[in-house]
Order: sequence, then C-alpha cells, then structure tokens
Amino acid sequence: MTKQSPQQPKDESRRKFLKYSGTALGGVVVGGVIGGIIGTNRSKSGPEGAVPPEATETPQSPQSQDYNQALMFFSQGQFQTVEAAAERIFPKDDNGPGAKELGVAFFIDHQMAGAYGFNAREYMTPPFYKAEATQGYQLTFKRRDLLALGLDSLNEYSQDKHQNTFAKISPEQQDEVLTAFEKDEVNLKGVPGLAFFTILRNLTLEGVYADPLYGGNKNMAGWKMRNYPGNQMSYLDLIEKEEFIQMEPLSLHDHLQLS
Amino acid sequence: MANKLPKVPVVIVGMGWVGGIIAAELTKAGHHVVGLERGKSRSTQDYYHVHDELRYASRYELMQDLSKETVTFRNTEKMRALPMRSYGSFLMGDGVGGAGVHWNGQYYRFLPYDFQIRTMTEERYGKNKIPKDMPLRDWGITYDELEPYFVKYEQMSGISGPQELPDHVGKMSKPFATPPMKTSPGMKLFTDAATKLGYHPYIIPSANLSQDYANPDGIERAACQYCGYCERFGCEYGAKADPVVTVLPVAQKSGKFELRTHANVTGIVHDGKKATAVQYVNTLTGEQFEQPADVVVLASYVFSNVRLLLMSKLGKPYNPKDDTGSIGRNYAYQVNGASTSAYYEDRQFNMAMGAGALGSSLDDFNGDNFDHGDLKFLHGANIRFTQTGLRPIQYQPSLPGKPKWGGEFKQSTLHNANRILGVSGQGASMPNRYHYLDLDPEYKDSLGLPLIRLTFDFMEQDVELVKFIAGKTKEIADQMGATRTEMNDVIKQYNIVPYQSTHNTGGTIMGSDPATSVVNSYLQMWDAENVFICGASNFPHNSGYNPTATVGALAYRTAEGIEKYIQKGGSLV
Repeated sequence: MTKQSPQQPKDESRRKFLKYSGTALGGVVVGGVIGGIIGTNRSKSGPEGAVPPEATETPQSPQSQDYNQALMFFSQGQFQTVEAAAERIFPKDDNGPGAKELGVAFFIDHQMAGAYGFNAREYMTPPFYKAEATQGYQLTFKRRDLLALGLDSLNEYSQDKHQNTFAKISPEQQDEVLTAFEKDEVNLKGVPGLAFFTILRNLTLEGVYADPLYGGNKNMAGWKMRNYPGNQMSYLDLIEKEEFIQMEPLSLHDHLQLS
Repeated sequence: MANKLPKVPVVIVGMGWVGGIIAAELTKAGHHVVGLERGKSRSTQDYYHVHDELRYASRYELMQDLSKETVTFRNTEKMRALPMRSYGSFLMGDGVGGAGVHWNGQYYRFLPYDFQIRTMTEERYGKNKIPKDMPLRDWGITYDELEPYFVKYEQMSGISGPQELPDHVGKMSKPFATPPMKTSPGMKLFTDAATKLGYHPYIIPSANLSQDYANPDGIERAACQYCGYCERFGCEYGAKADPVVTVLPVAQKSGKFELRTHANVTGIVHDGKKATAVQYVNTLTGEQFEQPADVVVLASYVFSNVRLLLMSKLGKPYNPKDDTGSIGRNYAYQVNGASTSAYYEDRQFNMAMGAGALGSSLDDFNGDNFDHGDLKFLHGANIRFTQTGLRPIQYQPSLPGKPKWGGEFKQSTLHNANRILGVSGQGASMPNRYHYLDLDPEYKDSLGLPLIRLTFDFMEQDVELVKFIAGKTKEIADQMGATRTEMNDVIKQYNIVPYQSTHNTGGTIMGSDPATSVVNSYLQMWDAENVFICGASNFPHNSGYNPTATVGALAYRTAEGIEKYIQKGGSLV
C-alpha cells in the first residue's frame, strides 16, 4: 500500500512550485502564491518527497516545555473533568493516543477563552423561545457557560450515581454517565444534557484533528492515525495515482516564514 | 443625518460574482461604476495559511457574521420563525468576492428544460402533471437565448471541461476554455460503472483551472494543485475562479470603478417608479450615506436582494394567502440526501487530495431526460461522485446505527477515513406556493432592521425524488467493485441545523409576466425601470445543479441590459 517516491533535490521542487504557483508565468499574475510562502519547508515531504510513514508514536516529548499547555478558562478541577470526558469520547487504543495525550482538553480550554466560547459571531439577540427540532440551538447560554455548567452537572450526576466526581469513577461508569447525557436523560443546572454532550463531542473531535497550532492534535498524532497529510501545498502529481500514498503530515507551522 | 454624495451613473450593491461581472463589463464599456460591499476587501495573499479546517470550515471565517445579521426560519406558517443563531444548512458570503470566494467551482449550465419547465412539462405530460400548489414557471428566457452569456462566463473564468457533453444537456456553441480536470481512481470507478449501465457520465466542468490560463481580458491564472481546500476556503493560487482574481481587477484597471468596502446598504430611495439613490452605513464608523445613482443594481445572492426590496417597499410583496404580489415568492433550495456509500475493505483512496470541482457526474436522471409519466415528482438530480478533499474534523465516517463516540467510533472512523466512495444526487427543488421569503415581524439585525424570514419545507415531491434518485445511486455504486454499499433514500422535514447546500434560490424571480415575476429577461425590475436585480434570487425554481454557471450567465445578460437601458435613455429594455 505504501508508496515511497525517491527524495528529489530541493531546487527541483522549488522550481516546480514556482511553476505551479504561477510566479513563473509571464505578464500580470493576479492570483497565485507569491512571496512569503515560497521556499518554506518543501524539502521535508510533499509530492516530490513523500517519505515513509512513521510508526504511530507517543507524542510526548520531554525535550522542551510546551508553554501553551496552561489554562485560559477552566479551573484545574474543570480541566480534569473535561480531559477525562474527552478521553472517553476519543480514547487511547492500539491505533494511537487518545484525547488526553493529544492535548484536547487544552484545545477546549483555549477555544472557550476566545471568540467561539463567547459565541462572538453568532446571533445571540433575544427573545429566546422554545424551538422546534428543525430550528436549531436557541439557548441563551454562551458556549463557555454551557460547558462550565455542563461539567458541573457531569460531576453532580456522577456523584449521585457513583458517589464520586466524574474524573474519579471507572471508564465504564464514565461511559454510562456520558450516555445518559447523550440520550438527553439529564437536565441539571438548567443545562440540557444532549446540548452539552453534543458540544463536548464536537470540541473533542476538533481538538483531535485541528491544526496543532490550536493546542490539540499534539505532534499531528491525530492526523497520523488517520493518514491525513495535513497542510500540503500540492497533489498535482499524485491525484491520478491508483495506490494509497502515505506521507508525513505538515502543519501550518511548517509554512510560516516571517523573515 | 445621511451624508448625501454626488450622483453616479451606476451603483452596485454587493461585490460577489454578479457585482464583479457587471462592474467589469460596464467599466470596460466606459461607464463609471461605484461598488458597495458590506464586508472587507480580500486578496490571494490572505490565503497563504488557508489550509486550516478549524478556522475556515468549522468557524466560518469567510462567511457573514451572524451576530450582525442572520435569517429566521420556520417550516410552515403555523410555526413561529426563530433566528438561525449559528451556521448549519447554508453559508452566506460576505466581503469582496462574496460566496464566490469560498465555492467549490462546480460549473453546470442549467438545462434547456429548466428555462421552459412549465411549457415543456405540460406538453409532454399534460397540465394535470403539475401539482396545484407548485407555481412552476417558464423563466422568460430560453436556453438558446442565454447560451452566449454562458460562453462569456466560461471564457472569463477559464472553465475546464470535456470537449463534448452528452446530447441530453444543452448544446455549447464554443468548447470549454481549458481541458477537463485530471481523473482520480474513484472517478474512473464511477465512470466505468455508469458507462456499463448505459448512462452518460462526464467529468464535472470546473472553475478550478486544469492548466494555466489567460482569459480574454488578459488575466492570467495558475493551474489547480488539487490541494483539497476549496469549499469554505479561498484559493491561495488563484486557480479557483473567483471575482477577486478575475473580474474585479478588470474593473479596477479601467480607472472607472470605485469599490467601497464596509458599506452596508440599508435601503433604496425611490418615488414608486424609479430609484434615486441607495442608503448605506459605514460599518466601521457608523456614518450614514446616501448615494444617488441613475441605475441601481442589486447583486447579492438571494437573501439581501429580497430583503432590500422589502425594507425599501419597492415592488409588491408576495402574499401566499391570495397568491398575489411577487417579492419573496418561489423560494427554493436543493434536494440532497439521495446517496449510496461504497465501502472498500481491500483498498484505500487518497481522499485528502482533491479539488472542489473534481469529480464525474451524469444527467440521465436530471431535468426531463427520463420519463416522469409514472413518477410522483418532476425534474431529477445530477448524480455524481466528487473528490473535493475530505478533511478530518468534518468527515467522521462512522457506520450508520453505530456509536458516535468512544472506542468503536474511533476505530471505525480511522479505518474508514479513506475507504468510502460516495455516489450522490444533487436534486432539483420545485417551488411551492407556501415557500417564500418575507420580513420577520420580531427579530432585527444589529442596525435594528428586520431580518429576512424563510418559510420552507420538503414536500412529497422531494421525498419521491430522493427515493428514486437514491435507487440510481445504488445501482451505480453496486457496479463499482466495492465490498458492500449502503443507500440512503430518505429525506425528512427540512432542518436548518445540518449543512446541506448553499444553493438557496428565488425571491426576485424572472419571467415574462409582471404580475408574478419581479424582473424581465434582462433582470430589470418591472416596477422600477432603473433597478436591476441579479442573483440566484432570479431563479423561479432550482435545478439539479450548482447555481453559479446560471448566475454568471444572468450577470452578463444584466450588464448588457443596463447598457441598453443607458443607451436608450430609459424605459424597459
């Protein structure tokens, strides 16, 4: 299955890229990537230099501190709860890391601290009425409030059913609790269980698969498990290939060139 | 009070495809044009870091800010309409280029049948074939009349497509500007299967360039790289045709075009017969302006065209109770849902690779290309396999009826990520007397102006169409050598939550009868001769296709109409 094409000199790749991007065309090029992006880490991989996949690895690297891993929104207790819940939604298994190792809880924390947590680009003007199922989300809660209250109710429900906080009950019990929320059987603190569960699930999957710049998908391990190549500039020479091509993913960080 | 500005010959509201095309054509012809765009300016440099699924696809970076303005929705008049508080069913454009920046680039001319749908349906099946509450209308223009304008759009944007199309789609007087896109293994499987069944598949015509291209205006653009980031994204290569890299530079180069961004038009000033000006707010400073003009062009896609007319009390609002008036009528959508997934246990496909318009499709069951005599629906669907680049947040291929989270879900989505090919139908949407747009009585935008209200649902026609088309998708998918296939043939009540299609249509429909249509075949308003309205809002129904080809052709037609109007010095053209 794995296709490995020979590593080619960087110059060739650069020349091709210039050609594709239109920079080498005559006349006025209106579109086209020019300037900053050219000459970035193209030799790493990509169409001309697809490299063999690495075995799924543990992403934790003790070599450097990740100063991004600190809290912008959650309390430490909330963080532990959300981390435990996210891990059940996307657990570690033979395929590779789960949400915890991927930094998903940091991703969720950072998202709630910003525009998305405040529903900044959504219509939050009253009045709020009870909606039909076809009319979508009509809660007065901002996402950050829904999440924080939802985590509280997750703990309250766990206490009630299993005499401990969510992070401290067994994985089987955690699944039971989450299932009750998913089935909309829980309505504590004014938080509809399903609404909370849905947002928690979506945020978890975003944290697994969003570009690592947002704090999750640590070391692109979410992408690697899925053979998703991330941010490649061109598949022009590969799109017609019959065989499945695995390549080392690239992130947006690999494309940043500031000088 | 509003700042009154010096009069200009032409003012255009909205700088997407329609506004861009009209601005380019009129300035080339020597007319001065002011373009008003409520959003910000854009360029390809904005997209160097565009391969960011979270920011662009999940957080809607390029779309209208719903905190400022959204739509309200109800399925029927019996329900209270509620605001679409976050994005779902469709995505509204914003900023220079509009939704033309983040489209996929799939390019289909509507069928000859579409433009004369009422006449041709009655001729073949009799008057009783059309249900009582389905206000099906001829468009007041034929395919042949519109054909030269399709050619203009194709040459301008460099549409890549096959040299020949099947006989049952409209004839082309000039071949596509560039050769078709490359063929992926999935496209090959689809094409072989469909051919074996006696159908007529062809490579989807694409606004993502198959090769470098210089258009008749001297604009040069580079070829598509199949990077898989088209829909919801801007193209950093300029390979995907959008207004910013095609028509707007032509207008700007003319020296006769003034583009004003952050200019949100709130009303048309008129005396009941003609418009005299438009009013707008600078969204950054809050300053209000009045821009007098000889010709006013409404060039938003659908909703803002209708909303501006209703807010300005220009034209007669549609009233479904007695079926009178015209502004807001014949709102239609797209009927998706018919599909079959082909699962391959023994091979994987490079599904991350692709282009917005990469794929193959067939029209054997679109329009009236097949006998509807015994069927309980009209029209049909374009059936296609597309490879637009599957991205990992949005695409979660868990199996139907299986868990949506947890270990089994993880295993299943990882395993299936590159093992499913989808064959689906993009179904036509017929109008209904009770599907329309009007102003919401309660909810307002950030300026205190009423939101547009949408009343729409899927009908028996749609249920039957989906069931029939799904059977065809399964028939094809079953021939594609998959391990197994799974069909979806059910469509339920219209729900505004899941994303379906941004192909909303209707509200300012064209036609030959001033009583039931808003504009004539030059997209000139019956009730105000110096107002031209162009967009998918002109469509009296929606076809089994993406709308941009037809919107683009209508925009060229509008530009010609405006020129004629200016030359004649008034009256209907």
